[in-house]
Amino acid sequence: MDFNDTPQEAEFRAAARGWLDSNAERLGPDESPTGMAEGQDREDVIKSSQAWQARKADAGWACITWPKEYGGRGASSIQNVIWNQEEGRSQTPPNVFGIGQGMLGPTIMAHGSEAQKSRYLNPMLRGEEIWCQLFSETAAGSDLAGLQTRAVREGDEWVLNGQKIWTTGAQYCRWGMIVTRSDPAAQKHAGITYFIVDMESSGIEIRPIKQINGGKSFNEVFFNDVRVPHANVVGKVNDGWRGAITTLMNERASIGGGGGSNGFRELMRLARETDWNGRPALQDPYVRQRLADFYIRSKGLQYTGYRTLTALSKGATPGPEASIGKLVGAPLSQELAGFACDLQGQAGSLMEDDSSWQSSYLGAPGIRIAGGTDEILRNIVAERVLGLPPEVRLDKGIAFQDIPSARN
Amino acid sequence: MNFDFSEEQKLLQKTARDYLSENAPLGLCRKILEGDEPYSRELWQAAGEMGWLGAAIPEKYGGAGFGHLELALLAEEVGRALAPIPFSSSVYLATEALLVAGTDEQRERYLPGLASGELIGTFAIAERRGRPTAASVQTTFKDRELVGVKLPVPDGDVAGIAIVNARDDSGISLVVAELDARGVERESLASIDPSRSLARLSFQGARAELLGAPGKGQELADSILDRAAVLMAFEQVGAATRAFELTKDFMMERYAFGRPIASFQALKHRLADLYVKIELARSNSYYGAWALSSESAELPVAACGARASASDAFELASQEMIQLHGGVGYTWEYDCHLFYRRAKLLGLALGNASEWRDKLIERLDHPSAV
Ligand SMILES: Cc1cc2nc3c(=O)[nH]c(=O)nc-3n(C[C@H](O)[C@H](O)[C@H](O)COP(=O)(O)OP(=O)(O)OC[C@H]3O[C@@H](n4cnc5c(N)ncnc54)[C@H](O)[C@@H]3O)c2cc1C
Repeated sequence: MDFNDTPQEAEFRAAARGWLDSNAERLGPDESPTGMAEGQDREDVIKSSQAWQARKADAGWACITWPKEYGGRGASSIQNVIWNQEEGRSQTPPNVFGIGQGMLGPTIMAHGSEAQKSRYLNPMLRGEEIWCQLFSETAAGSDLAGLQTRAVREGDEWVLNGQKIWTTGAQYCRWGMIVTRSDPAAQKHAGITYFIVDMESSGIEIRPIKQINGGKSFNEVFFNDVRVPHANVVGKVNDGWRGAITTLMNERASIGGGGGSNGFRELMRLARETDWNGRPALQDPYVRQRLADFYIRSKGLQYTGYRTLTALSKGATPGPEASIGKLVGAPLSQELAGFACDLQGQAGSLMEDDSSWQSSYLGAPGIRIAGGTDEILRNIVAERVLGLPPEVRLDKGIAFQDIPSARN
Repeated sequence: MNFDFSEEQKLLQKTARDYLSENAPLGLCRKILEGDEPYSRELWQAAGEMGWLGAAIPEKYGGAGFGHLELALLAEEVGRALAPIPFSSSVYLATEALLVAGTDEQRERYLPGLASGELIGTFAIAERRGRPTAASVQTTFKDRELVGVKLPVPDGDVAGIAIVNARDDSGISLVVAELDARGVERESLASIDPSRSLARLSFQGARAELLGAPGKGQELADSILDRAAVLMAFEQVGAATRAFELTKDFMMERYAFGRPIASFQALKHRLADLYVKIELARSNSYYGAWALSSESAELPVAACGARASASDAFELASQEMIQLHGGVGYTWEYDCHLFYRRAKLLGLALGNASEWRDKLIERLDHPSAV
């Protein structure tokens, strides 16, 4: 048991560090990258993110786990972690390409045609084209397979009608990947087709939705007779659920794989500096208990990540265990931010420009919902990790159009 | 990065698990709990013969010379089996104390016996209700004689030696006392978990000998407790995992409302949460084992994390075990109470989870620590 790099890992880290040091400013041990959080929809943020991505791509440091033929370097999961650690120690712009590079690209690699791979993957890797995920609908979120956006074939084209919602980034994305209902007479999971869709197609209307924190990173997207070439079908017609599963698995792996800083260090500082009953809050027994609990949970998560990495480096494939990351991490960041507000006393309700705890408190509920809610993740852990019986279902063995819903 | 145990270490663990499932079913724990024997002498002797008791003791002192990673995995198995033996007192505490602070002569005198199991050791810190601190120690050590009362002392009724903290001219010091000597009186105390015994030790001018430098008792005790905390965390995680597995198996077979109770979402989510809690405790414990085995400066912080999370996980597992079994879970006949009792006993030995959380913040409270 050790945390040391193997000689090969050390060599890789040195190469990564070397390139980063000559291309970006290195952060001090106490600094985190600035310019994160909201603002992913701001043009200047996107521009700087794209510039950094192109620079990495030219040097072979973009999407390093992707195969060389698409511009990656065929790096291992461990190398990817090392790269992310080192990049995280540099002052770099936020990455606005996560949905494409982390989830949709891997889906195209697994299920797409050769023509799709050679057309889309490299510009995605370079950040030249940004992608969004058109999965959720008003009546199909956790129950994604309940989706109703219709796709009807007309010769060499498909015609799409319906509405998607909560689509992050739709307002600035060039491409989207959409799951649609192509056969309502088939059973729920059997009549779904997965497409690549040009977000500049006529008939697409995008309306930003304002979130509780005032940001507008997600949107409603309406499809009115939008025509999509048959060549854009990902995988087989009516077999789109298979591809959707690939996307969702990659989503959990990329969201759950995180870890890293969740603000504990800053919370300690706040507790040291805040006056509480005439002494630093850090001296208060209740505060100490809460802080210790946050620390222990976040470290437990970090070390669980190390165990997963160790398994990966021994050749295991990422499994449903990755769900633990978000299931623990998301509520933890909400509790932590909420507690930080509490520590500030009545002033904790002030919302000023530098109120970062208040901002993260307002942002945190979204993380507990996006990419699989807490409850869905518990179902996944219960059923797929622990092997407990599946939910009783009322939507199996009948045609999709006959399934009971609020509409019938 | 290699955050896992080696194949050889896992093989040792498997051998221990196989041995214990054959020779230490839960019935053995129950036998000690219900009978007059204070611990299973047979299992204790076997543990000595198989090298478990001396896993971290170097060969030159009669140990197996494996190391602390191996010992941690053995502790996990001892926990899984709810083994009714004074393993934690003798191995994590007394043995570690001698390894940390003993002179060569003291090690030669005691370690071979501790390794074989002929000698049982313990650590006597508490004197009364409440959280012990340096200021609360009343036992004194003067002219090589110990005066005072320690209680409860785990396995104090069967131990041959105790490491004791006492007040002397230089402050607090650790001493080692032989318990069969004159001037020592022992009395068994009723335990919440009668499969593990507790005693009151009263020293009335008993001969004792310094362990480590005089006046360094508090620091030494803290560092021994840190080491024991990591090993105890493995024992707790092992026991929590067994409680979890038995509960899950029961829930798959128990039907209500026409379906296995394991299919009710309210219960599935509780099992999922429990599983996650145990896994986080396991990961924190792994980190503790790494810090312990590599003599890392991180140990004081890592030990707190391992100990607090493992105590919480085992306590919750043992509570959920009874609740999810329903009425049978509350019967003497079912094994749930063995876990429930053991969780409380282990959770309080070495200090409860809140004390360790408090210690954690104390240790993190300088800018470079986090
Ligand atoms: C910030 C943000 C960004 C997003 N980005 C995207 C995006 O880019 N693309 C995209 O397609 N979608 C996106 N989403 C949508 C997201 O995937 C869904 O909101 C999520 O899957 C939940 O679906 P829902 O909103 O329909 O809620 P519902 O599924 O209706 O859930 C309502 C409540 O019921 C619970 N629930 C539902 N089913 C079960 C069950 N079987 N057992 C127990 N409890 C259950 C849920 O946990 C929740 O508490 C985003 C959401 C957010 C908040």
